Amino acid sequence: MAETEKIVLTKKDRQAVFMRTWLLQANWNYERMQNVGWCYAMIPAMRKLYKDPEDQKAFLKRHLEFFNTHPYVAAPVWGVELSLEETKANGAPVDDAAIQGVKIGMMGPLAGVGDPIFWGTLRPVLGAFAASLALAGSILGPILFFVIWNAVRMAFLWYTQEFGYQAGASIAKDLGGGLLQKVTMGASVLGMFIMGVLIPRWTSIDMSSIVFATTDYGSVDSAYPAATELVNALNGVANGATITPDILSNGLNSFSSVAGSGYSVVQQMADQAGNAYTGAEQYRMVGTTTLQSVLDQLLPGLLPLGLTALCMWLLKKGVNPIVIIFALFGVGILGALLGIW
Amino acid sequence: MDINIFQVILVLIVAFVAGMESVLDQWEFHQPILSCTLIGIFTGNIETGILLGGSLQLVALGWMNIGAAVAPDAALAGVGAAILACIQGISADVAVATAIPLAVAGTVLTIFVRTITVGFAHAADGAAEKNDARGIELWLWLSVACQGLRIAIPAGILMAIPAEAVQAGLEAIPTWITGGLSTAGGFIVVVGYAMVMNMMASPKVWPFFFLGFSLASLSELGLIAMGIIGVCLALVYLDLSPEFNGGGNGGSAAVATAGGGSDALDDILNDYE
Repeated sequence: MAETEKIVLTKKDRQAVFMRTWLLQANWNYERMQNVGWCYAMIPAMRKLYKDPEDQKAFLKRHLEFFNTHPYVAAPVWGVELSLEETKANGAPVDDAAIQGVKIGMMGPLAGVGDPIFWGTLRPVLGAFAASLALAGSILGPILFFVIWNAVRMAFLWYTQEFGYQAGASIAKDLGGGLLQKVTMGASVLGMFIMGVLIPRWTSIDMSSIVFATTDYGSVDSAYPAATELVNALNGVANGATITPDILSNGLNSFSSVAGSGYSVVQQMADQAGNAYTGAEQYRMVGTTTLQSVLDQLLPGLLPLGLTALCMWLLKKGVNPIVIIFALFGVGILGALLGIW
Repeated sequence: MDINIFQVILVLIVAFVAGMESVLDQWEFHQPILSCTLIGIFTGNIETGILLGGSLQLVALGWMNIGAAVAPDAALAGVGAAILACIQGISADVAVATAIPLAVAGTVLTIFVRTITVGFAHAADGAAEKNDARGIELWLWLSVACQGLRIAIPAGILMAIPAEAVQAGLEAIPTWITGGLSTAGGFIVVVGYAMVMNMMASPKVWPFFFLGFSLASLSELGLIAMGIIGVCLALVYLDLSPEFNGGGNGGSAAVATAGGGSDALDDILNDYE
């Protein structure tokens, strides 16, 4: 058979395998991990390449061996294995050890690339972007997440499987080449940059309840007369006073300056010595110095940064993330009990 | 909140698909941003679903299955919290907090299923012994169906509990617990960030982290602008870094010269010996 006509896996056969690779992890088990999913995807190739029942049996058995890698970067391994099986079916002496060896040899380094790129960078970055849209109530968040993720995934699965098939056994050498490292490095640069942005922005730790001091910065009236003018005008509306655009805009600008400088407007009847404030003087600009405002002056986002560093250290020490999550909930409850937030 | 039987079935299907995807990791239907949104749509609470999905997605950013390690389960967290928020009428804050114990329960369940599937893998061996490819396919489908049921059954239970019971149960919890939990929800996201960063961090990329960290306080720059800056930085880095410009003309010339230089130096040193 092999002498007369070469059996070739057509594009259609390879597509049949491609469609099945999505189930790689379906039977993920603690013994041989992705072995059944791997074998499942190879079945269309077996039906094409081997007609003899004994050959088919041997094929199934050798593809039920241990396998575990990142589910997407398994695609080039399939490509290589398809080309190896094709060579073997056409009579070349490719033994089972070579077929298993290529699988095992490729899965480790590839998982080391796939995990940081897909789980470590692409999904968090895309997820964070989509979540920011979703938190604004936009359905575009989930839609973009779904479309972009799956477009990237399917293109990656198909083209790397084809690449593996074309490159055959020589792919193992290409892994040492620069491209994968380059992609990994570029993804890490982008990922770390975005993490730097997200940590201070999307972590809410507010220490404003811990107040060190409150200071009186004088009456609103003397600093911003326009504000008093607006308040007086508002109070007089019922009696027929009119509010001109000038009064309104000057007054509002004054209020936003007060708020923008970090002061609260507080009505006080008397100063600390007990001398009574009268009229517009009662409205004081009060600045509070809290733990949060001190930290923000030092560096905005300092607490989230410190907490992240602590978590990274704990994770590196091998502490289970679930334990850390529960500990942080404990901190939250403790803080609520002590009235810190 | 009243929902009809079709809605119950649709939610159960979402739960089943989320369960399968949590192990397959392909279409990503187990990610809260998708599962919560879908449950929101099917129960007529789109807004709640999307918002909850967004919040939970942030919490789950770094939850990933690496090697044989099983991360907190985003599937049961998302599906369960969405059922509580969209069907049982629990507030989104509290739903986010309940997602964490749900994620732990989900992890326990998936470890259980991943142990059962060892038996299924042996059954597949038996099928291979009989040259029964069809049998291998069936065992595979059965395995993934178990992962689907792992989420669908708890989802059914969460829906079956009367809303009053859920509400009463939650109201019995003192406010310092609920308040503390929702405050903790604001900073629990750092665990996910830390997991992601432990994976990516290397001495060379740390400067980019601090660059992003400092730029973040410029509130005028939105996330998309930040993304553009990040991509540009990555491209410029790859172009300029000596370790990657083997293909670039200027860089390779420099490397070649440097290589030649060191060889010449070697020669001189060798001559001296």
